[in-house]
Amino acid sequence: MSDSIRVYALSTCIHCKRAKEYLDQCGVDYTPVHLDWMTGQERTDALNEMKKHNPAQSFPTILIGDTVIVGFKKDEIEKALGKDQEQDPTAS
Amino acid sequence: MNSEEKAAQLYETLRKIQESKGYFFNKDKEMVLELLAALQANKDHYGYMVCPCRLASGDRDQDKDIICPCVYREPDVKDYGSCYCGLYVSRDWNEEKIPHEYVPERRTPV
Repeated sequence: MSDSIRVYALSTCIHCKRAKEYLDQCGVDYTPVHLDWMTGQERTDALNEMKKHNPAQSFPTILIGDTVIVGFKKDEIEKALGKDQEQDPTAS
Repeated sequence: MNSEEKAAQLYETLRKIQESKGYFFNKDKEMVLELLAALQANKDHYGYMVCPCRLASGDRDQDKDIICPCVYREPDVKDYGSCYCGLYVSRDWNEEKIPHEYVPERRTPV
């Protein structure tokens, strides 16, 4: 799984599901981080990590390289993917 | 009854109640049925229908503002024509009389 793309998500959230489906369609690897499947320290750590990128703690929060996208926003994902591949052609 | 049947039943039950209050299900019925199935899954897991697009704490009192319909539905539908997760919308939203915008999280992080 590529570490340059991370998706903080909930397994029950439809927007998270659609964001992951879209990334799959784009053929890029990503690391899903499902907070609702976590407990204890693992969950606390993931939440703190996510808060750094998105203080509102809303889902999905998508990291593509150094771009943070809050919510399933196709156009922003497309733009960030284009940028990410320029910086690291092996990213996908 | 499987989860799809439960979601379909919930759809009919809730639709009548909520429409009388001025809240309509998103016209994307597939999405609505998925959201209703997720609400049912959350009820099975937590014991209450917490919003499928928010991280539940598991403490009913702490999650009471995000038990569906959440307390943010009213201002969100007023401002954006849609609630945060997109389950409930206004008539105008469904009739494309207003733009379909992303609804930001109104809740203060806990």
